[in-house]
Amino acid sequence: MSNAAVSIQNLEFKYRGQSANCFNKLNLDITEGESFGLFGPNGAGKTTLMNCMTGLLSYQQGNIKLFGKEVKTNRKSINRFFGFVPQDFSFYQELSPLENLSFFGAWSGMNKPAIKSKSDELLQVLGLTDVRNKPVQKFSGGMKRRVNLAIGVIHDPRILFLDEPTVGVDVHTRQAIISYLKTLNEKGTTLVYTSHQLSEAEDLCKKIALIDDGKILVHDSLDQLLLDHKEEGLEGLFINLTGKMYRDADV
Amino acid sequence: MLMYKLWATILKDLQILTRDKVGLVFMFVMPIILAIVITATQNSTFELVNKNKVPLLLCNRDNGESGKQLVSAIEKVGMFEVKKVMADQTEKQLSDRMHEKDALIAIIIPPDFSARLEARAKATASKALNNLGLQTDSIKMSSDSLQPINLLYHPVLQQSFRQSIQGALRSALQIVQTKQVLKSLYFDLNEKEIPDTLEAEIVNNQVGINETPISRDGSKTIPNATQHNIPAWTIFAMFFVVISLGSSVVREKLSGSFIRLKTLPTNYLLALLSKQITYLFVTLLQAAVIFAIGSWLFPSLGLPKLNLPADLLGLFIVSFMCGWCAVSFAICIGVFAQTQEQANGIGAVSIVMLAAIGGLLVPAFAMPQSFQHIIKLSPLHWCLEAYYGLFLEGGKLQDILLNILPLLGITVLIQLIALYGLKRKNLI
Repeated sequence: MSNAAVSIQNLEFKYRGQSANCFNKLNLDITEGESFGLFGPNGAGKTTLMNCMTGLLSYQQGNIKLFGKEVKTNRKSINRFFGFVPQDFSFYQELSPLENLSFFGAWSGMNKPAIKSKSDELLQVLGLTDVRNKPVQKFSGGMKRRVNLAIGVIHDPRILFLDEPTVGVDVHTRQAIISYLKTLNEKGTTLVYTSHQLSEAEDLCKKIALIDDGKILVHDSLDQLLLDHKEEGLEGLFINLTGKMYRDADV
Repeated sequence: MLMYKLWATILKDLQILTRDKVGLVFMFVMPIILAIVITATQNSTFELVNKNKVPLLLCNRDNGESGKQLVSAIEKVGMFEVKKVMADQTEKQLSDRMHEKDALIAIIIPPDFSARLEARAKATASKALNNLGLQTDSIKMSSDSLQPINLLYHPVLQQSFRQSIQGALRSALQIVQTKQVLKSLYFDLNEKEIPDTLEAEIVNNQVGINETPISRDGSKTIPNATQHNIPAWTIFAMFFVVISLGSSVVREKLSGSFIRLKTLPTNYLLALLSKQITYLFVTLLQAAVIFAIGSWLFPSLGLPKLNLPADLLGLFIVSFMCGWCAVSFAICIGVFAQTQEQANGIGAVSIVMLAAIGGLLVPAFAMPQSFQHIIKLSPLHWCLEAYYGLFLEGGKLQDILLNILPLLGITVLIQLIALYGLKRKNLI
């Protein structure tokens, strides 16, 4: 597929020491420019799949291509295409937002003027200009989430992976983050997004996939899925397809 | 671009380092305090032996001439601050005064010391003349043995120090005994007393001892406590970067920042290179600060001055090699440790052990024979040998190459182990 941002074919992966595969012949395509939501209960395999797509985990069988390039064999070159916003705060708490952006910008291959210009823009858009020089460790959870996001997009990635980017933040920060992500998507950045906040997913994602037990249960536009399953919202669809049982991740 | 990435990484490491106040205290303040305290302590021990006088209670229960001569000889040793006490003082009273730290040693000269010594000297002189056929009278050898001088000492005195005190006392006793034998011999031969001048000439005509420390550059500077201590504690300080650097590697490994670094188009080896450059700079700065303090601050604290070696390039290269080895060791600990607590604990304990094995805490020559091979496994041993080659022996770089090469070998080995650990843990 020429306009596929992500193309996953017959993916098989299992963690070292585990007997069962996490994924068995999993297939998934994400179109370039799409705002794609990956949902599922705890332990369904969302983060594992995202880690395989970003090259953090090395899969055993099948292939994953980012813009036509195999992830496994092109680790360093595909790293330029994508940005990643992990669920954990992924920056140096001792440094200020500006210092973090300068460092991660350099590691993303940007030069000094580009880093400065992009940092100013991001700090402005995400409301961090006033605290640009203060150590992040003193920030609130919401401010740290915005720093986490800013670092993930400093190098203008073609595709952005977001693993629960709004977990634990207040409504203002959530709206600011979602609003910024929408803007990015409108400018052409492909979004691959996981969250347990289904209402915000309805707002942001044009296409969604529900994953459970390492299998893609459904994959279509939200409207089509609601129509097909006679549900009024994503939460109802989610319960309908995955059941009401607790889903604790394997310890 | 690579240089810019490296510079950005070094800048990041420096920013984190300068904000770690506890780490900075560990790296700079603690070793300086340690160097001052240990040097001051050792220096006072040197001075106790060499300059200061040991307080000594002297109880002379003898009324004879030899007893007085012994007192005079002890005073002339120069090692003691003699406090004469009344002859009727009991051993108990003396020990009570010693418990009050009035003195660390007490000497009791027995009542018949002179009489017995004179009798013994006469018998020895007569025996000597008889052997030479100069005296025909039958000699009755004194069967009385000399009563020993009683030496009381405070238990805080270490064995080595007691031995040096005993040596000094024996020397004083020898003078008195020699005088008596000489007097008897002279009287038996000349039937008159030996003239004082002759006696003094014979007794005091001793061969002097010149102490000369050997050195490669021909200088005759006498090594002092500072020359011994500053290199040792500088090495100790350098290796203690493990607390800051080991933790930094673990913290980065465990934090989310490492996950992000792995998704960026730059190899993690660059981060390790940056840490090596940053912390190597820190270790060199530590060495410079400690050497400067030894040279300029110590004299104003009443401590001996640190004399820097003539070969400053050699000093830089040795410091560089020691620093690089310390940094490599810290990174290796950081790579294998699972938590910061592990890195700190294992790092600190292993440095103390390597310092002990390497001769920083106890001189290598004083270690048992079975340890002599193990010593060579400690990188701190080679660091110390290289520094001593410059600071104590007045050597140049070429003189200490045989210490630097093993250090280089150990450093490369530690680096390879760290790389293996990174590869095994899928970190590079």
